[in-house]
Amino acid sequence: MSALAPTPSSSPWTFQRRLRIYRLEAGYELLKMLRLPMYSVPALAFPMVFYLLFGVTFGQRGEMATHLLAGYGAFGVIGAALFGFGVGVAIERGQGWTEIKRASPMPPSAYFTAKIFMSLVFSALIVAGLSALAVVFCDVRLPGVSWLALTASLLLGALPFCALGLALSYVCGPNSAPAVVNLIYLPMAFASGLWIPIHVLPEWIQTAAPALPAYHLDQLALAATGLTTQESPGIAILGLLGFTVLGLAGAHLGYRRSEGKTWG
Amino acid sequence: MTPVSSSSDGPLAVARLDGVTRTYGPVVALEGVDLGVERGEVLAVLGPNGAGKTTLVKLLLGLLRPDSGTVRVFDRDPSHRHSRVRTGALLQTGSVPATLKVREHIELFRSYYPAPRPLDQVLSLAGLSGLAERPFGKLSGGQQQRLRFALALCGDPDLLFLDEPTAGLDVEARRALWQGIRELVARGVTVVLTTHHLEEADALADRVVLLAQGRIVTQGSPAEIKDRVDGRRISCRTRLPVAEVASWPGVLSAEQDGPAVALLARNPEDVVRRLLAGDSDLSHLEVRSAALEDAFLALVADSRRETPNDSPNDSSNRSKEVAA
Repeated sequence: MSALAPTPSSSPWTFQRRLRIYRLEAGYELLKMLRLPMYSVPALAFPMVFYLLFGVTFGQRGEMATHLLAGYGAFGVIGAALFGFGVGVAIERGQGWTEIKRASPMPPSAYFTAKIFMSLVFSALIVAGLSALAVVFCDVRLPGVSWLALTASLLLGALPFCALGLALSYVCGPNSAPAVVNLIYLPMAFASGLWIPIHVLPEWIQTAAPALPAYHLDQLALAATGLTTQESPGIAILGLLGFTVLGLAGAHLGYRRSEGKTWG
Repeated sequence: MTPVSSSSDGPLAVARLDGVTRTYGPVVALEGVDLGVERGEVLAVLGPNGAGKTTLVKLLLGLLRPDSGTVRVFDRDPSHRHSRVRTGALLQTGSVPATLKVREHIELFRSYYPAPRPLDQVLSLAGLSGLAERPFGKLSGGQQQRLRFALALCGDPDLLFLDEPTAGLDVEARRALWQGIRELVARGVTVVLTTHHLEEADALADRVVLLAQGRIVTQGSPAEIKDRVDGRRISCRTRLPVAEVASWPGVLSAEQDGPAVALLARNPEDVVRRLLAGDSDLSHLEVRSAALEDAFLALVADSRRETPNDSPNDSSNRSKEVAA
């Protein structure tokens, strides 16, 4: 009978064990995605290939090369977050993998923390790669503080897109998720000025751009490099926070709606 | 109708459902189910597709909530972490992340439990020794199912849920998995498994619960359930049309089986007399006791007679399952 007596309702793990769950979950999440060329190759290579094409081959220097560094940096980290979360979570739920995890005693936060970690590592690799290209081929020179500010704004600025990706994962099924994410990601990147600087784009796109989360991240990254921007960093941060709340609310709603949808 | 609640109230119940109903929109998956799982037993939940087996398992795992009634596992809410660290689950699922290796998957799942089973033991119990460094995506179908089984064992569980553990496996892989399950049972693990293979229930279970259309039709040991049907298998070669024989009183089922006709009958003496009277050239006559499969068929048929609002879809499923 003693085996049936309820154990105290404290956590079944010590702090060290809990830490170990988070560490292993994050490590294997990263390993899983790095080994998945369908994800890792486009996530890491596309921003750098674009920078090589539009920055290096056009012989951009100075201000324009810095502009493109911020833009393709934002483009890269947004892609890693939207695909890692939106497509990744949708697929794992569709395959029933999420349900196996839910039936285990894994703390649900470990699952999401691991995905955030994975997307941050990809973001860091993208930012490092782009920065190296910018320095070596385009003679981009920034003060140390600016490099730090640029890296920090791109890494932290990826978080709202993790939340938006998570919300998208509940809207789309596992099969449609890659297409839906691309349909949102690519036009948004263009209209936010990530590929071609926003001030070169038509007036009406410039007017509409603040409705897009990517625009705010680009503005924040530009401000970090010391270039002149259309909106102040404070407004950009507020915009990104707003989209984070929107993403989390959407994800919460989607999670509650999805309960019990799959059965047999 | 057989009384079904007698064994659900034992003090040793490690998991129980009381008056549980669960619907999905207009579809009733489970209706008023009372069931207790006793410590150390192997309980097979048997039923055709759509009977509510998976819903029952998901309720016991806390993956679904009942519309009404209560579900308790180790005297707690099943979604409570303290019940989850003592249970393991093999669900019917498509895919496990393909790029991680067997060892990596097991190591991660072991970290979720305060007292996990050692890696080597998990590998050998699941029959995966020697495959530790292989990515999931490079395993065969049977090996993939063994990995799902391994994940269920990582926590050294007291209670194991296996939802159709051998569905889609070939005979050899099925027997290997049965062997693994038996080893766990010998160590005192309580097992709840769902299946539509009667052979599986017969081979593994101490107790069988027969589920049809979301309700428990009957329960008992495999032997008891076989006894509950006084039907006999009759087979013979005859000119009499199968359809005619099927309509005779006491004939539960009749089908053509190669050159022979196979019958399940409640009153074999009367049926044999009538067969011989109707066809003087009748040959190859054989009468033997019913298998669990026959009992299953008869009991499901009985429950259908009592609930005439069947969907035609269900009955086609039933004949398919029983034939399997």
